[in-house]
Amino acid sequence: MEVSVTVNGKHRSADVEPRTLLVHFLRDTLGLTGTNVGCDTSSCGACTIHFNGESAKSCTMFAVQADGAEITTIEGLASEAGEMHPMQQAFMDCHGLQCGYCTPGMVMAATSLVAENPGGLDEAGVREGLEGNLCRCTGYHNIVKAVLSVGGAG
Amino acid sequence: MIPAAFDYQVADSADAAIAALAEHGDDAKLLAGGHSLIPLMRFRLATPGVVVDIGRISDLSYINDGGDHVAIGAMTTHRALETSELLAVEAPLLRHVAGQVGDPQVRHRGTLGGSLAHGDPASDLPAALLAHGGSVVARSPGGEREIAATDFFTGFLETALGADEIITEIRIPKAAGVGWSYQKFNRRAQDWAIVGAAVMLGDDPKVALVNMGSAPMRHGGVEAGLAGGGGTDAAAVAGDDTDPPEDLNADVEYRKHLARVLVGRGIAEASG
Ligand SMILES: Cc1cc2nc3c(=O)[nH]c(=O)nc-3n(C[C@H](O)[C@H](O)[C@H](O)COP(=O)(O)OP(=O)(O)OC[C@H]3O[C@@H](n4cnc5c(N)ncnc54)[C@H](O)[C@@H]3O)c2cc1C
Ligand code: FES
Ligand code: FES
Repeated sequence: MEVSVTVNGKHRSADVEPRTLLVHFLRDTLGLTGTNVGCDTSSCGACTIHFNGESAKSCTMFAVQADGAEITTIEGLASEAGEMHPMQQAFMDCHGLQCGYCTPGMVMAATSLVAENPGGLDEAGVREGLEGNLCRCTGYHNIVKAVLSVGGAG
Repeated sequence: MIPAAFDYQVADSADAAIAALAEHGDDAKLLAGGHSLIPLMRFRLATPGVVVDIGRISDLSYINDGGDHVAIGAMTTHRALETSELLAVEAPLLRHVAGQVGDPQVRHRGTLGGSLAHGDPASDLPAALLAHGGSVVARSPGGEREIAATDFFTGFLETALGADEIITEIRIPKAAGVGWSYQKFNRRAQDWAIVGAAVMLGDDPKVALVNMGSAPMRHGGVEAGLAGGGGTDAAAVAGDDTDPPEDLNADVEYRKHLARVLVGRGIAEASG
């Protein structure tokens, strides 16, 4: 089946089997390997992308469901000139990553969370808002610090 | 973790979805948010030959004032429920429960209709529907019917829906000002409830339990105690007449204990 999507502002289309998961479409068909697969069971959040502006687990969607949709992956966050998104910068400044495997998903979940809370978040709100993302290095403290530095209240 | 091959069809209206179901029968599955169906398909516990995507039917996504009830389109996401201002006033239990489902990513995609149709006794929203005394509107080639929540959940992952029926709407009687509580017990963030209890007080108190039997259930014994003015003492029988599963998280006795504790806390919170 033909699937046409806008990924990181660019129009992309390809012929895929209906059973192709969106994460495999992004990684294998489009070559956007920044989105990771951590569990394949919808639990870890490593595969989080933005689907029409909202965070979603791309291992729990079929590529065909994305036909006509707008998707942003971790590759789409930095500016054209290569300047990091404030959330990426905050993860770097706060040491919000260790091995880095969970980081693309964490950053995509965090940017969606901050966008949904324009009034600002407190620590509990950040921790709850990231409950769908696991960090096997267990570096949660600095991840929360990074997110609060961008989207904290006050 | 690759699902078995299937034919994919997009339904652009409820009637188109019903026609597809009528044509393909048991071999077809509706795909709403996909957050119950796709995990099952990845494990090949579900292998439908035809998947009918109803995710693009935007006119099945709404939360409207229906007079004495709130009318909610089947494709309304958990996220839309948890942020609804109308529900904050008229059905705060449902709104709160929607915010307890999974994690934000799951709530962005999962739908109320999908969660009810899936009929998982461990899921949260069926308990909210039962405690609200709500109903489900189902449409088939033969027309439309309204099914009371108490008649809807018939067994493990089984509902009263026919093979050619689709949920179009969920109706929740208005409950502004009625005391309510939802107690979800789990050990880790994001997890499903080990046991849960939804409590609605008012003239006709209702108590629904999560993961205490093969289907989402109401507890008549606790409700009778509440109606008789028993208050939190009514929780003492919450483990009776239940048939909870036994798994790594909890055995039967522990689940019954949790049911009593959670119902007690729920009644106390709802009365407070
Ligand atoms: C990581 C994770 C954590 C979760 N945690 C929880 C939790 O804590 N609590 C909880 O309650 N749920 C939880 N869920 C399940 C989630 O709420 C699902 O979204 C929901 O159960 C199913 O809704 P859906 O729209 O995704 O349905 P789908 O998966 O698309 O469909 C589910 C079933 O319903 C049928 N169906 C869908 N829509 C209709 C309709 N309108 N008419 C008739 N049949 C229909 C489908 O054919 C399918 O059989 C979790 C899911 C995941 C992936
Ligand atoms: S790979 Fe998608 S949630 Fe883990
Ligand atoms: S930094 Fe290693 S998994 Fe999070």
